[in-house]
Amino acid sequence: MSSQRAEGLSMKSNHAVLATPQPEPAAVAAEHPVAKPPVVDRPVSSRPAVRRRVSLDRLHSVLGMLGLGLFNPMIRLARGENPRAQLQELWKELGAPLIAIALFLFAWSRLSDGIETSLGKIPGPTAVWTQAGSLWTDHQAERRKEQEFYSRQEKRIAERLARDPGADTTIRKYTGKPTYIDQIGTSLKTVFTGFLLATLVAVPVGILCGLSSSINAALNPLIQIFKPVSPLAWLPIVTMLVSALYVSSDPVFAKSFLNSAITVMLCSLWPTIINTSLGVASIDKDLLNVAKVLQLPWPVRLFKLIVPSSLPLIFTGLRLSLSVGWMVLIAAEMLAQNPGLGKFVWDEFQNGSSASLGRIMVAVFTIGFIGFLLDRIMLALQNVFSFGRR
Amino acid sequence: MRTLLMLAMLGLAAGAPAAELKLEKEQLRLGFIKLTDMAPLAIAYEKGFFEDEGLYVTLEPQANWKVILDRVITGELDGAHMLAGQPIGSTIGFGTKAEIVTAYSMDLNGNATTVSNEVWAAMKSHVPADAQGLPVHPIKAESLKPVVDSFRAAGKPFRMAMVFPVSTHNYELRYWLAAGGLNPGFYSSSDVSGQIKADVLLSVTPPPQMPATLEAGTINGYCVGEPWNQQAIVKGVGVPILTDQEIWKNNPEKVFGVTRAWAEKNPNTHLALIKALLRAGMWLDEKNGANRKEAAQILSRSEYVGADYRVIAASMTGTFEFARGDKRSMPDFNVFFRYNATYPYYSDAVWFLTQMRRWGQIPESKSDEWFHETAKQVYRPDIYLKAAQMLVDEGKAKREDFPWTSDGYRPPSNEFIDGIEYDGRKPNAYLAKFKIGLQNGQKVEGGNVVAAR
Repeated sequence: MSSQRAEGLSMKSNHAVLATPQPEPAAVAAEHPVAKPPVVDRPVSSRPAVRRRVSLDRLHSVLGMLGLGLFNPMIRLARGENPRAQLQELWKELGAPLIAIALFLFAWSRLSDGIETSLGKIPGPTAVWTQAGSLWTDHQAERRKEQEFYSRQEKRIAERLARDPGADTTIRKYTGKPTYIDQIGTSLKTVFTGFLLATLVAVPVGILCGLSSSINAALNPLIQIFKPVSPLAWLPIVTMLVSALYVSSDPVFAKSFLNSAITVMLCSLWPTIINTSLGVASIDKDLLNVAKVLQLPWPVRLFKLIVPSSLPLIFTGLRLSLSVGWMVLIAAEMLAQNPGLGKFVWDEFQNGSSASLGRIMVAVFTIGFIGFLLDRIMLALQNVFSFGRR
Repeated sequence: MRTLLMLAMLGLAAGAPAAELKLEKEQLRLGFIKLTDMAPLAIAYEKGFFEDEGLYVTLEPQANWKVILDRVITGELDGAHMLAGQPIGSTIGFGTKAEIVTAYSMDLNGNATTVSNEVWAAMKSHVPADAQGLPVHPIKAESLKPVVDSFRAAGKPFRMAMVFPVSTHNYELRYWLAAGGLNPGFYSSSDVSGQIKADVLLSVTPPPQMPATLEAGTINGYCVGEPWNQQAIVKGVGVPILTDQEIWKNNPEKVFGVTRAWAEKNPNTHLALIKALLRAGMWLDEKNGANRKEAAQILSRSEYVGADYRVIAASMTGTFEFARGDKRSMPDFNVFFRYNATYPYYSDAVWFLTQMRRWGQIPESKSDEWFHETAKQVYRPDIYLKAAQMLVDEGKAKREDFPWTSDGYRPPSNEFIDGIEYDGRKPNAYLAKFKIGLQNGQKVEGGNVVAAR
């Protein structure tokens, strides 16, 4: 529990840094008397300079919330704040990372050139870029084939109707392969399904644990035992359970989809449970006492008091859960053969063609980038829900 | 648009459309393993043969043969590319028990055996060479024996991989090893590792992982379908030493399998599938292999086999590269239609059953009748001929291409590496001819071959 708690805390300090405190407009004006707008007899908001400043402020706070704080120095520059400090910050937030990325690309292309594997050379940045392009062309070609497939089908159905007016005219779905873009879509769908299931279980359980120390004591050992279990261990059990319990002649979900979604759920439950219970347990006791004195009914207590006050930690937990889920998903897809990025990596490894390593690298970057985006989205939500506390 | 026009023209060429089969199921999911002999499935899809029959088929690569069988049994897949031994093995209950039938044999030949560079270097001196200094084929297991002996003397096990306990590769590799005096080991009802009394330890590895496993040194050689032998040369990790047609000329390889229940529930869909596959088989072998380059091109796409074109084309276009630079003509390396390759012969099923008995997968002796009856449960030439008749009636196939009057048994043949004659009508007499292998009345108990009481 301690590590999760520590992560939760570091996350808090993290967002504090990213959402850089904004100087009050008045203070800014005092710092830069030059920029002080001339006093004209017009409504404040319609003065162009002020309007610009207000919209910059808004952008500033939105970016901070989205965790894109690195653009803030630019905004402050535009706002005319102390240029030297802003440039320094800009260098730290943008310049240094860009140089590091450039160095990484250079080292990568240098090192990859020298390593010969049985699948050919390790692809360098350009080779990976080419493969990304070829995956995109593949995607477009597949979409064209899809169009042709449907027009062929329409023609066939028309012929069939001409022969027999009562014939079956169901349009069948496209049967071609899923493209890389489709695989990304499937992976996102799977991870969100698993994440949603996990949230539905974890938040109520976490609240119960937070409210009652006996329940917490009872569940804690179980949580601690199941928390470190790898998805690879869950998957065979989940597979067996799903095929035993999910019997239907016309299933809505593919079994492989359920297998990986449930595996994601099992692995991403824990951070949410732990952080939720922590959030609920640390509600100010005075608040709870006031609720008792006022004799608030329990639904009101739950939804007006307990949940809102623990939201920041709930979201910290959800954010951790989602990133765990995304990491686990790739492994689960590889094993469950559920279509998605994990299966893409596996299939390319099996293909062993000269393009395979490059394509796998494309997948590595895609996985990383999507993971980063998901984290940013959760961070933004987390910031939205903890506004009241800052 | 152009495809549409071409399809329309094809329709005209074929004359008036025959009465469409009333399909029980139009949307199908078929599984395959990334091997060149899945070609009939890819071709039937890409050339529109499935759609011509009104079938909307999704082809899905599977991780390994066990997964393919399990998913066909659970109904996640309607049918699949299977090892010839799988429908037979599962029907008699070796491994997963289920009733699987096949009405379409997908190809002949197409496998090869590869050994690591280290093993090849050691065995090369024992292989006779021709005038140009190239090894004389077929390379016999006698030349591998000294290498295996030196491994054993050094206390190291000699390991080879095949793809599945009931795979053709397992029986071919065993046949070759035993013909050269090496015991590949027995199965017993309590020990299904197949390594009892073995000189060479055989184990299972999924086909696409063979080159990587060989490279890692976990195994010293393997027997697998293409392109995974040619891949070993391209990657420089091993040397293919013989093809399966040198072990048994024109041996049956993969089949298209469905469960008996599925076949009974969807008879017309099954017929339509066999029709489409037959046209794909004909396309692959027509005009003396003129279409093979295009086929290799299609197979090299990442959704099918996905290996590089040159690796796939090597064997698909009638050549086979043994050691690097030693490229030989092998026009029959992959046979998809000629020599009645697609007809499900009872005698082929009986051969697999004899090998299952030879190595103890069938623990007790069985009567000749049992062999014939089991073969007839699994192999369904009746469905095959019905589909062929429909194609002939539609003008899409030639009457002379099909063995209408066959009783399901190929004529006796001695085209095996050891020259032993096989007559599918007399399985027990055939088994009695082998020096290594279980004899009538024998069984494996406690790690020893004993006479049954």
